[in-house]
Amino acid sequence: MVAATTSSTISVTLRVWRQAGPKALGQFKDYPAKDLNSNMSFLEMLDVVNDELTLTGEAPIAFAHDCREGICGTCSLTINGKPHGPGKGIATCQTYMRSFRDGDIIVVEPFRAAAFPLIKDLVVDRTSFDKIMQAGGFITARAGSAPEANAAPVPKGDSDLAMDAAQCIGCGACVAACKNASAMLFVSAKVGHLGLLPQGQAERDRRVLAMVHTMDEEGFGNCTNQYECSAACPKTISHDFIARMNRDYLGATLRSAFNPEAASSAGGA
Amino acid sequence: MATLDSKIPSGPLADKWRKHKADSKLVNPANKRKYEVIVVGAGLAGSSAASSLADMGYKVKSFVFHDSPRRAHSIAAQGGINAAKNYQNDGDSVHRLFYDTIKGGDYRAREANVHRLAEVSANIIDQCVAQGVPFAREYGGLLANRSFGGAQVSRTFYARGQTGQQLLLGAYSALSRTVGQGLVELHTNSEMLDLVVVNGHAKGVIIRNLITGVVTRHTADAVILATGGYGNVFNLSTYARQSNATAIWRAYKRGACMANPCYTQIHPTCIPVSGDYQSKLTLMSESLRNDGRIWAPKRKGDNRAPAEISEDDRDYYLERLYPSFGNLAPRDIASRAAKRVCDEGRGVGETGLGVYLDFADAIKRLGENGVRERYGNLFDIYHEITAESAYKQPMRIYPAVHYTMGGLWVDYNLMSNVPGLFVLGEANFSDHGANRLGASALMQGLADGYFVIPYTVGDYLAGQKPGSRPSADSAEFKAAEESVNAMSKRFLATKGKQPVSHFHKRLGKIMWDHCGMARTKEGLEDALQKIPALREEFHATVNVPGSGDTLNQSLEQAGRVADFIELGELMCRDALTREESCGGHFREEHQFPDGECKRDDEKFGHVAAWEFQGVGKTAIRNVEPLNYEFVKMSVRNYK
Repeated sequence: MVAATTSSTISVTLRVWRQAGPKALGQFKDYPAKDLNSNMSFLEMLDVVNDELTLTGEAPIAFAHDCREGICGTCSLTINGKPHGPGKGIATCQTYMRSFRDGDIIVVEPFRAAAFPLIKDLVVDRTSFDKIMQAGGFITARAGSAPEANAAPVPKGDSDLAMDAAQCIGCGACVAACKNASAMLFVSAKVGHLGLLPQGQAERDRRVLAMVHTMDEEGFGNCTNQYECSAACPKTISHDFIARMNRDYLGATLRSAFNPEAASSAGGA
Repeated sequence: MATLDSKIPSGPLADKWRKHKADSKLVNPANKRKYEVIVVGAGLAGSSAASSLADMGYKVKSFVFHDSPRRAHSIAAQGGINAAKNYQNDGDSVHRLFYDTIKGGDYRAREANVHRLAEVSANIIDQCVAQGVPFAREYGGLLANRSFGGAQVSRTFYARGQTGQQLLLGAYSALSRTVGQGLVELHTNSEMLDLVVVNGHAKGVIIRNLITGVVTRHTADAVILATGGYGNVFNLSTYARQSNATAIWRAYKRGACMANPCYTQIHPTCIPVSGDYQSKLTLMSESLRNDGRIWAPKRKGDNRAPAEISEDDRDYYLERLYPSFGNLAPRDIASRAAKRVCDEGRGVGETGLGVYLDFADAIKRLGENGVRERYGNLFDIYHEITAESAYKQPMRIYPAVHYTMGGLWVDYNLMSNVPGLFVLGEANFSDHGANRLGASALMQGLADGYFVIPYTVGDYLAGQKPGSRPSADSAEFKAAEESVNAMSKRFLATKGKQPVSHFHKRLGKIMWDHCGMARTKEGLEDALQKIPALREEFHATVNVPGSGDTLNQSLEQAGRVADFIELGELMCRDALTREESCGGHFREEHQFPDGECKRDDEKFGHVAAWEFQGVGKTAIRNVEPLNYEFVKMSVRNYK
């Protein structure tokens, strides 16, 4: 008998990566998840599974999450091989059980990349992203020194394009999707956002040099133009920004060869 | 009894802040680096405060429980940020923003604080644009505005439906810059579990590293809490799952007064609850009310599809009841109106707890693409969650807990009654009275961090001798650390039968039923019986698996839920004591015949600031009178 509601019920098997700590050995473990309301979100399903594990005395599955509306970038998870799961342009927290079929085996793994060391189970350390931002992902503007906001008009097209890039939520799906674990989409989104605005010109060369330098230092791989990053991005940020960054980087490198002063003081890198 | 001196400067309203800045003591640049300031939280208020103070030369330590300072829930604010720029030439001014905010707050905020907020609002926009925040623009390249609830001018700046994200990333970029420059010492995955008070002054915090479980003591000359609101007391809310009250609650238990805890904002336009597994409710931005029309069927139990219900059978109740503000009536008013409609049996959807937000007229006027350009991402979110297209049929919406106007009591300097403890953003109670207007939370967070605290923290520090910080080995620090460790041990040792989440759900239901959109004496008294019982059951039967020396999300959550239970009790006590209706606090006993809030200015024209007396003991209710010198307290009228 199926209850007469508009939502249906499904049962699945979760095949989850369990790893007690950074140095422990990891392994997949199967957990049945039964009679799930298909309107449940994927993370709500994990909440339910975790409550059951708690009561049976098994350690709950550690996973990162917070806003549960696709904007904070905390949730990760590679679901059936895809960072953020089957949906396009959404994060794991916006994935609903109606995307799966009754009887499915769902493989759940952490975002895997050398620059994202594993902490526990499905939680990884993405501090490397913060380090890249600290090196140059900003426009220096101390509180109190800003000019009147409408003093410098910004063409709507530039502003809209900057916003397209600025939407990046810093989740790391681009890295997890890339066979080289490259962070080019993440870095280029910030370089593109700030470089498109008149306010961002003063530090444009320093920014791209410092951010790319830190990206390399943190152990991210290079880009080989497969664009898996854009396909996995929950904000569908375009790989065009990578091309834009390459151009900026080339220009900045050439200019810095003639004027090393301007580039060497870049950020904290 | 705590002393509550609001320290509001004398003189004409419009001159108070200028005068106060001129009168505040300064710390000379060479001395600034001798002072250490701890900032807890890195949302809009925390990040902007940390970077601003670091730029001024103070040594700043920033503590964030998230894995990165870019995660705070400011990031989820959708609609916009208010500022009295008057770019639209539509009659806006500092005074009008001040007045709208005071009136929107149902005359329960301080005039002086709100006026200052309106004054610095324009600077915030300048600051954010300079940082590269990509606000929406007109074709000429100048900044665009939209209108928002509770105002008759267009003063809201926005970045698509992601304004909070863009403002937070701006503040995060400033914080990142100062971290990169070595001016701020950033501690991520670091949760504040206690405030350390030495000789009556806040001098440090106890921090647990969430990855390693290591507990450490940190000293400072001043402590700033910018840790957000406490709406997750209700379990289901639009807050992030990890948003919590632990920092402010532990500070309360160390002597800081908690002001107006019952003032909760229930946002009118959220996606309705669908099941008991649910972990979170999702907001549909108030900006949608610019073009969407809210309605319910005129007849009870009319369960026809919305398209089949003719114009004559529809009740556009906000337009009917509040013709001059219509669908842009303030949040508390719009929420209660939706509740009344559903209570009358006219609600829609599976549960009957919903009303329609309809874009058919807007699509006729602007075309589907026009609507997509304005609200596309919100329609997408709605579709992801409900699998329905709001281009084809109206959205179903219902009110949900969204913001808390109450918070730690602060004076005009944003300092609590514990000297040296400052509280910014949603964590304090100061600017929104009993109801916050849309697009004002972002404004307040950034005002506090960029433009208020840089002036007021110096005034306090100038009175503290440089280098007079107590040692982290002093008795107070050791005792605080021990109490934190003891609490973790207790949770882990209980080994009961119920996971933490069960208690959170039960607390949430008690709070929603008895301390939600409508409150009664009986209901609140009932809640005050149930919550202490729940607290005892929690401590006796909770199951927190694992150990304390590793990442343990159940342990984190146990501490937070323990605090929510205690705080929920105080909210009910506050709601019971406030025998009036105002803003988000609606006592059924106190209403006009048309169902509007009936305030009692004579008896309750004050701030209630509660002082901790011990768990299970009734807190002391201190009172700060609200003296309205410039605005007349009157019945709010949006008709």
